Amino acid sequence: MDEKVSMPPQVLTELYTLMLEIRKVQLKIAEYYPEDEMRTPIHLYIGQEAIAAGICANLNADDYVFSNHRGHGHYIAKKGNLNTMIAELYNKETGCSRGRGGSMHLVDTSVGLLGSSSIVAGGIPLATGAALASVFRNDSRVSVAFFGDGAAEEGVLYESINFAVLKKLPVIYVCENNLYSVCSPINRRQPGQDIYKRVEGFSIPACSIDGNDVIAVYKVASQAIDDARKGGGPYFIECKTYRLTDHHDRKTGVEIGYRTQEEWDEWAAKCPIKNLEGILRAQNLINNHKLNEIENAIDERIKVAFNFARTSPLPDRNELYKYLYS
Amino acid sequence: MPWTKFIAGNQDYPSEVQEISDDLRKITYSEAIREALDQALAHDERVFIMGQGVDDPGGVFGATLNLHKKYGSIRVFDTPLSENALTGIAIGSALAGMRPFYCHNRPDFLLLTMDQIVNHASKWSYMFGGTAQVPLVIWSVTARGWGSAAQHSQALQGLFMHIPGLKLVMPSTPYDAKGLIISSIADNNPVIILEHRWLFKQTGYVPEEIYSVPLGKGIVRRQGADVTIVAVSYMTMEALRAAEKLASAGISAEVIDLRTLKPLDEEIILNSLQKTGRLVIADTGWKTGGISAEIAAIVSEKGFDFLKKPIKRIACRDVPTPASYILEEEFYPDINDLVSAVMELV
Repeated sequence: MDEKVSMPPQVLTELYTLMLEIRKVQLKIAEYYPEDEMRTPIHLYIGQEAIAAGICANLNADDYVFSNHRGHGHYIAKKGNLNTMIAELYNKETGCSRGRGGSMHLVDTSVGLLGSSSIVAGGIPLATGAALASVFRNDSRVSVAFFGDGAAEEGVLYESINFAVLKKLPVIYVCENNLYSVCSPINRRQPGQDIYKRVEGFSIPACSIDGNDVIAVYKVASQAIDDARKGGGPYFIECKTYRLTDHHDRKTGVEIGYRTQEEWDEWAAKCPIKNLEGILRAQNLINNHKLNEIENAIDERIKVAFNFARTSPLPDRNELYKYLYS
Repeated sequence: MPWTKFIAGNQDYPSEVQEISDDLRKITYSEAIREALDQALAHDERVFIMGQGVDDPGGVFGATLNLHKKYGSIRVFDTPLSENALTGIAIGSALAGMRPFYCHNRPDFLLLTMDQIVNHASKWSYMFGGTAQVPLVIWSVTARGWGSAAQHSQALQGLFMHIPGLKLVMPSTPYDAKGLIISSIADNNPVIILEHRWLFKQTGYVPEEIYSVPLGKGIVRRQGADVTIVAVSYMTMEALRAAEKLASAGISAEVIDLRTLKPLDEEIILNSLQKTGRLVIADTGWKTGGISAEIAAIVSEKGFDFLKKPIKRIACRDVPTPASYILEEEFYPDINDLVSAVMELV
């Protein structure tokens, strides 16, 4: 707890607000999804908010991020435009990807989010390449690749790390180990559950942290990103976490039997937002009034975004070929 | 944009230039490639060259020879094998504003990179509504002969032609090799260039200055009236030899070099066919589901009424490339196959 006290209060509030916004957007998507107006597969980020928030709070607007199929949290944490994100889920021309990408392909180049790949591990070399561009230009930018535990089963992760270490690239590999690939638990897919230990052989600094502890994520990210920016090379952060919803459903996954209620309850009790709220209250950094203010501001942003999305036009069917080439 | 003036000033020199003027500068095909890369590196600091062996003593058949000495080992660098990740790394650097040129000495290894080429590079512009672009060139050299066999000789243009969002280039002359590389590097999209090893020693006219040959434009290499031979890459050379032989038998063959398969110059094919009414398609790759199949399909959709005879396709036999030279002779199409095909049409 002493360590946690050392965090500047405004950073703690920022992290709290960011996580709450990610959570509330997810819940609103889940609420409206059954209306069938968002015709795109939705992969909710509920339970994992501390990771996107703790990492991205350390990034500059022009730092690069590559996301994956479960990308809503990364997009919001990198300060992507919420209106265009929701419009993308509603398949609209005003969407961040002009209705061509959908939920799994969010982008906002104005804040350095250069795209999201739904091929597991697909974004990892892309972030590595963006970091190579930063080295060419000597521009001090850092690149981040977000990916899940499933990506540790793809060769391209190890190929990318090999190159990043070789060239000392400013790239941070953030593995969100939520223990499941769709319905398959990690112990049926990988020998040993510490992914970070597997990459240490490349001489990349690597660690495993509690991905539900936003302060822990923030602190390790702060050091890793700072080092990378100064030319210290890449870093691998494994964040142990849990998605509280099903792979692409608002349910828990307990109903269909691939995980137990007991396991789910255990992780639900480790909610990163409630965790931080407790710390903020204990430090008297937040009270009900302040909390209401934060919630109301978030609710208003969400309302505006959904209204923007619902009232936006669909793409023109005559523009099917538009954007095929740049 | 630093490339605009070269693209705007497309020089498209006629194939006859080579024959009419002996005092024009002639260099080899591999020297032309090297010159294009040299000038691109000098012209635009965003351009860099990567690939296994680009700085080795041979310089990928001469194409990258000593460029690392001139531009340094940051901009011209050897890579780990890791072809799939390195392709993604090239794409990522392109998304962040660079113009990578990624060399492979064999297209067979591109099969290890299909995830990054097909799932990522080709889709990024479309999938993100044009907000991001991938100005990437992937360059590779198809081998033939000397027992190169099944995994070191594949001509995979059929696979790449299938994928929306890619551009696909197959030069056949030193002039085009240089000009098409310049166009490909200047292009804001992922471009695959498939070279053919047997073209590297040929010499031809190549201007010293930087210039471009447009993507998506074929060229008539030889005028003719009786039959159209549409060819790509090395098969253009076989087609020109066949046309020469046919001429002595009184048959006038028109030879079209497509130069770019994607976008495909349909107009040049249909215009020629309208004149000749007979079509032979010559490819360096397999027949089934390949580029000759696609071109034949386009012609039957758009030029059926021009056809006096069925279309003939000259392509590799549908088996893996054999090693033994006696079987290689059976596997690869040559001038005799072309001449026989034409003789059956006229």
